[in-house]
Amino acid sequence: MSYLKKIIHNCKQATYLIEKKSTTRLNFRETIELRIHLLGCSFCRIFSKQSRVINMMVKELFKSAMQANPRLDDTFKKELQDRIEEELNK
Amino acid sequence: MLLNPHQWVSSHADYLYAFAITRINDEELARDLVQETFLAALQKVDGFEGKSSERTWLTAILKNKIIDVYRKKAQGLKTLDNEKQGTPEVDFFGEDGHWKAEHGPKEIGMEDRDHLVSKEFEQILQQCMQRLPVLWKAVFTMKHIDEEATDAICAELKVTASNFWVIIHRAKLNLRACLQKNWI
Repeated sequence: MSYLKKIIHNCKQATYLIEKKSTTRLNFRETIELRIHLLGCSFCRIFSKQSRVINMMVKELFKSAMQANPRLDDTFKKELQDRIEEELNK
Repeated sequence: MLLNPHQWVSSHADYLYAFAITRINDEELARDLVQETFLAALQKVDGFEGKSSERTWLTAILKNKIIDVYRKKAQGLKTLDNEKQGTPEVDFFGEDGHWKAEHGPKEIGMEDRDHLVSKEFEQILQQCMQRLPVLWKAVFTMKHIDEEATDAICAELKVTASNFWVIIHRAKLNLRACLQKNWI
Protein backbone atom coordinates (compact mmCIF):
# COMPACT_ATOMS: atom_id res chain seq x y z
CA MET A 1 0.00 0.00 0.00
CA SER A 2 1.36 3.40 -0.88
CA TYR A 3 2.04 5.95 1.84
CA LEU A 4 -0.83 8.13 0.66
CA LYS A 5 -3.27 5.25 0.60
CA LYS A 6 -2.29 4.32 4.11
CA ILE A 7 -3.13 7.82 5.32
CA ILE A 8 -6.43 7.81 3.48
CA HIS A 9 -7.53 4.51 4.97
CA ASN A 10 -6.22 4.86 8.47
CA CYS A 11 -9.11 6.23 10.55
CA LYS A 12 -7.53 4.83 13.70
CA GLN A 13 -4.50 7.04 13.22
CA ALA A 14 -6.63 10.01 12.14
CA THR A 15 -8.83 9.88 15.26
CA TYR A 16 -5.69 9.52 17.37
CA LEU A 17 -4.34 12.69 15.81
CA ILE A 18 -7.67 14.49 16.32
CA GLU A 19 -7.45 13.75 20.05
CA LYS A 20 -3.81 14.72 20.22
CA LYS A 21 -4.58 17.96 18.44
CA SER A 22 -7.24 18.90 20.98
CA THR A 23 -4.66 19.21 23.72
CA THR A 24 -1.32 19.82 22.05
CA ARG A 25 0.26 20.95 18.79
CA LEU A 26 0.76 18.42 16.05
CA ASN A 27 4.05 18.38 14.19
CA PHE A 28 4.17 19.28 10.51
CA ARG A 29 3.88 15.76 9.22
CA GLU A 30 0.96 14.93 11.53
CA THR A 31 -0.85 18.09 10.50
CA ILE A 32 -0.57 17.25 6.80
CA GLU A 33 -1.56 13.62 7.35
CA LEU A 34 -4.66 14.61 9.28
CA ARG A 35 -5.68 17.22 6.72
CA ILE A 36 -5.39 14.79 3.83
CA HIS A 37 -7.35 12.17 5.71
CA LEU A 38 -10.18 14.48 6.70
CA LEU A 39 -10.57 15.71 3.12
CA GLY A 40 -11.61 12.26 2.06
CA CYS A 41 -13.25 10.80 5.16
CA SER A 42 -16.71 11.91 6.24
CA PHE A 43 -16.71 9.52 9.22
CA CYS A 44 -13.70 11.16 10.77
CA ARG A 45 -15.06 14.62 10.00
CA ILE A 46 -18.12 13.71 12.08
CA PHE A 47 -15.88 12.24 14.76
CA SER A 48 -13.88 15.43 14.89
CA LYS A 49 -16.95 17.62 15.39
CA GLN A 50 -18.43 15.31 17.99
CA SER A 51 -15.15 15.03 19.83
CA ARG A 52 -14.99 18.79 20.24
CA VAL A 53 -18.57 19.00 21.46
CA ILE A 54 -17.99 16.16 23.93
CA ASN A 55 -15.05 18.05 25.44
CA MET A 56 -17.23 21.10 25.96
CA MET A 57 -20.15 19.07 27.27
CA VAL A 58 -18.03 17.22 29.80
CA LYS A 59 -16.69 20.52 31.07
CA GLU A 60 -20.21 21.83 31.48
CA LEU A 61 -21.25 18.64 33.19
CA PHE A 62 -18.59 19.17 35.86
CA LYS A 63 -19.49 22.82 36.20
CA SER A 64 -23.18 22.17 36.68
CA ALA A 65 -22.43 19.34 39.11
CA MET A 66 -20.43 21.81 41.20
CA GLN A 67 -23.18 24.41 40.94
CA ALA A 68 -25.80 21.89 41.99
CA ASN A 69 -23.94 22.28 45.26
CA PRO A 70 -24.00 18.84 46.86
CA ARG A 71 -23.73 19.39 50.60
CA LEU A 72 -22.44 17.51 53.58
CA ASP A 73 -24.91 16.98 56.36
CA ASP A 74 -24.65 19.16 59.44
CA THR A 75 -23.92 16.40 61.92
CA PHE A 76 -20.95 15.28 59.89
CA LYS A 77 -19.72 18.85 59.62
CA LYS A 78 -20.04 19.49 63.32
CA GLU A 79 -18.11 16.34 64.16
CA LEU A 80 -15.49 17.28 61.65
CA GLN A 81 -14.98 20.75 63.11
CA ASP A 82 -14.83 19.23 66.62
CA ARG A 83 -12.17 16.88 65.42
CA ILE A 84 -10.16 19.78 64.01
CA GLU A 85 -10.48 21.73 67.27
CA GLU A 86 -9.30 18.67 69.15
CA GLU A 87 -6.22 18.44 66.95
CA LEU A 88 -5.56 22.15 67.38
CA ASN A 89 -5.66 21.82 71.16
CA LYS A 90 -3.21 18.95 71.29
CA MET B 1 -3.42 34.88 60.26
CA LEU B 2 -3.90 33.60 56.72
CA LEU B 3 -5.20 30.21 57.68
CA ASN B 4 -8.13 29.88 60.00
CA PRO B 5 -8.77 26.22 60.83
CA HIS B 6 -11.63 27.22 63.16
CA GLN B 7 -13.62 28.23 60.09
CA TRP B 8 -12.44 25.51 57.71
CA VAL B 9 -15.52 23.35 57.83
CA SER B 10 -18.05 26.15 57.48
CA SER B 11 -16.05 27.90 54.75
CA HIS B 12 -14.77 25.05 52.62
CA ALA B 13 -16.22 21.65 53.51
CA ASP B 14 -19.14 21.79 51.06
CA TYR B 15 -16.94 23.05 48.26
CA LEU B 16 -14.34 20.34 48.82
CA TYR B 17 -17.06 17.73 49.03
CA ALA B 18 -18.55 18.89 45.70
CA PHE B 19 -15.09 18.81 44.14
CA ALA B 20 -14.51 15.26 45.35
CA ILE B 21 -17.94 13.88 44.52
CA THR B 22 -17.79 15.07 40.90
CA ARG B 23 -14.52 13.21 40.46
CA ILE B 24 -15.21 10.17 42.59
CA ASN B 25 -18.71 8.91 42.36
CA ASP B 26 -18.90 7.66 45.93
CA GLU B 27 -20.44 9.73 48.71
CA GLU B 28 -18.82 7.95 51.60
CA LEU B 29 -15.39 8.03 50.03
CA ALA B 30 -15.82 11.70 49.17
CA ARG B 31 -16.67 12.47 52.80
CA ASP B 32 -13.64 10.56 54.01
CA LEU B 33 -11.45 12.48 51.61
CA VAL B 34 -12.72 15.82 52.89
CA GLN B 35 -11.95 14.76 56.43
CA GLU B 36 -8.51 13.47 55.50
CA THR B 37 -7.81 16.69 53.64
CA PHE B 38 -8.46 18.84 56.73
CA LEU B 39 -6.44 16.56 58.98
CA ALA B 40 -3.53 16.47 56.55
CA ALA B 41 -3.76 20.25 56.17
CA LEU B 42 -3.42 20.72 59.93
CA GLN B 43 -0.08 18.93 59.78
CA LYS B 44 1.08 21.25 57.03
CA VAL B 45 -0.08 24.57 58.41
CA ASP B 46 3.49 25.72 59.03
CA GLY B 47 4.38 25.12 55.41
CA PHE B 48 1.63 27.40 54.11
CA GLU B 49 3.29 30.38 52.46
CA GLY B 50 0.23 32.37 51.60
CA LYS B 51 0.99 32.22 47.88
CA SER B 52 -2.47 30.91 47.18
CA SER B 53 -5.80 31.29 48.90
CA GLU B 54 -6.77 28.99 51.71
CA ARG B 55 -9.31 27.25 49.47
CA THR B 56 -6.84 26.72 46.62
CA TRP B 57 -4.34 25.31 49.07
CA LEU B 58 -6.87 22.91 50.59
CA THR B 59 -8.09 21.89 47.12
CA ALA B 60 -4.52 21.02 46.11
CA ILE B 61 -4.26 18.69 49.10
CA LEU B 62 -7.59 17.11 48.20
CA LYS B 63 -6.47 16.67 44.58
CA ASN B 64 -3.50 14.62 45.72
CA LYS B 65 -5.78 12.43 47.78
CA ILE B 66 -8.05 11.91 44.78
CA ILE B 67 -5.04 10.92 42.67
CA ASP B 68 -4.15 8.31 45.31
CA VAL B 69 -7.65 6.90 44.96
CA TYR B 70 -7.36 6.80 41.16
CA ARG B 71 -4.08 4.97 41.47
CA LYS B 72 -5.38 2.42 43.94
CA LYS B 73 -8.50 1.78 41.88
CA ALA B 74 -6.52 1.45 38.66
CA GLN B 75 -4.26 -1.04 40.42
CA GLY B 76 -7.28 -3.07 41.44
CA LEU B 77 -8.49 -3.14 37.86
CA LYS B 78 -5.17 -4.44 36.64
CA THR B 79 -5.48 -7.50 38.82
CA LEU B 80 -9.01 -8.00 37.57
CA ASP B 81 -7.76 -7.84 34.00
CA ASN B 82 -5.12 -10.39 34.76
CA GLU B 83 -7.83 -12.74 35.86
CA LYS B 84 -9.61 -11.96 32.62
CA GLN B 85 -12.65 -10.62 34.35
CA GLY B 86 -12.49 -7.25 32.69
CA THR B 87 -14.91 -6.58 29.86
CA PRO B 88 -13.23 -7.19 26.51
CA GLU B 89 -12.41 -3.96 24.76
CA VAL B 90 -14.27 -3.17 21.58
CA ASP B 91 -12.09 -2.70 18.53
CA PHE B 92 -13.65 0.02 16.44
CA PHE B 93 -11.30 -0.39 13.50
CA GLY B 94 -10.51 -3.10 10.98
CA GLU B 95 -7.02 -4.30 10.18
CA ASP B 96 -6.36 -1.54 7.67
CA GLY B 97 -7.34 1.05 10.29
CA HIS B 98 -10.68 1.88 8.68
CA TRP B 99 -13.84 2.18 10.82
CA LYS B 100 -15.69 -1.11 11.02
CA ALA B 101 -19.07 -0.69 9.36
CA GLU B 102 -21.05 -0.96 12.61
CA HIS B 103 -18.84 1.54 14.45
CA GLY B 104 -18.60 4.36 11.93
CA PRO B 105 -19.59 7.73 13.44
CA LYS B 106 -23.03 8.99 12.47
CA GLU B 107 -24.57 12.38 12.99
CA ILE B 108 -26.72 12.14 16.09
CA GLY B 109 -27.84 15.73 16.44
CA MET B 110 -25.09 16.75 18.84
CA GLU B 111 -22.77 18.22 16.24
CA ASP B 112 -24.34 21.61 16.47
CA ARG B 113 -23.98 22.34 20.13
CA ASP B 114 -26.76 24.93 20.26
CA HIS B 115 -29.24 22.09 20.22
CA LEU B 116 -27.70 20.61 23.28
CA VAL B 117 -29.19 22.06 26.38
CA SER B 118 -31.04 18.91 27.25
CA LYS B 119 -30.80 17.43 30.72
CA GLU B 120 -31.38 14.05 29.18
CA PHE B 121 -28.26 14.26 27.09
CA GLU B 122 -26.27 15.34 30.13
CA GLN B 123 -27.46 12.30 32.01
CA ILE B 124 -26.45 9.94 29.24
CA LEU B 125 -23.08 11.62 28.99
CA GLN B 126 -22.60 11.17 32.71
CA GLN B 127 -23.51 7.49 32.55
CA CYS B 128 -21.13 7.03 29.64
CA MET B 129 -18.35 8.72 31.65
CA GLN B 130 -18.98 6.37 34.56
CA ARG B 131 -18.56 3.38 32.29
CA LEU B 132 -15.00 4.28 31.39
CA PRO B 133 -12.26 2.34 33.14
CA VAL B 134 -11.04 4.21 36.22
CA LEU B 135 -7.63 5.07 34.84
CA TRP B 136 -9.07 6.38 31.58
CA LYS B 137 -11.58 8.51 33.41
CA ALA B 138 -8.81 9.84 35.65
CA VAL B 139 -6.62 10.76 32.69
CA PHE B 140 -9.55 12.29 30.84
CA THR B 141 -10.70 14.36 33.82
CA MET B 142 -7.25 15.61 34.71
CA LYS B 143 -6.58 16.65 31.12
CA HIS B 144 -9.90 18.09 30.02
CA ILE B 145 -11.37 19.40 33.28
CA ASP B 146 -8.41 20.24 35.48
CA GLU B 147 -6.34 21.11 32.41
CA GLU B 148 -3.17 19.79 33.94
CA ALA B 149 0.04 19.44 31.95
CA THR B 150 0.48 16.10 30.22
CA ASP B 151 3.81 15.29 31.88
CA ALA B 152 2.38 16.09 35.32
CA ILE B 153 -0.52 13.68 34.73
CA CYS B 154 1.86 10.99 33.51
CA ALA B 155 4.04 11.38 36.60
CA GLU B 156 1.11 11.43 39.01
CA LEU B 157 -0.74 8.47 37.54
CA LYS B 158 2.43 6.62 36.56
CA VAL B 159 1.64 6.20 32.89
CA THR B 160 4.12 6.63 30.04
CA ALA B 161 3.70 9.46 27.54
CA SER B 162 2.76 7.13 24.71
CA ASN B 163 0.30 5.32 26.93
CA PHE B 164 -1.19 8.67 27.86
CA TRP B 165 -2.18 9.41 24.27
CA VAL B 166 -3.49 5.91 23.75
CA ILE B 167 -5.71 6.35 26.82
CA ILE B 168 -6.93 9.79 25.73
CA HIS B 169 -7.76 8.32 22.31
CA ARG B 170 -9.54 5.23 23.62
CA ALA B 171 -11.47 7.14 26.24
CA LYS B 172 -12.90 9.42 23.58
CA LEU B 173 -13.65 6.57 21.15
CA ASN B 174 -15.60 4.77 23.85
CA LEU B 175 -17.36 7.85 25.15
CA ARG B 176 -18.47 8.83 21.65
CA ALA B 177 -19.60 5.33 20.79
CA CYS B 178 -21.58 5.15 24.02
CA LEU B 179 -23.35 8.41 23.16
CA GLN B 180 -24.16 7.26 19.64
CA LYS B 181 -25.57 4.05 21.02
CA ASN B 182 -27.69 5.57 23.78
CA TRP B 183 -28.71 8.93 22.41
CA ILE B 184 -31.31 8.72 19.68
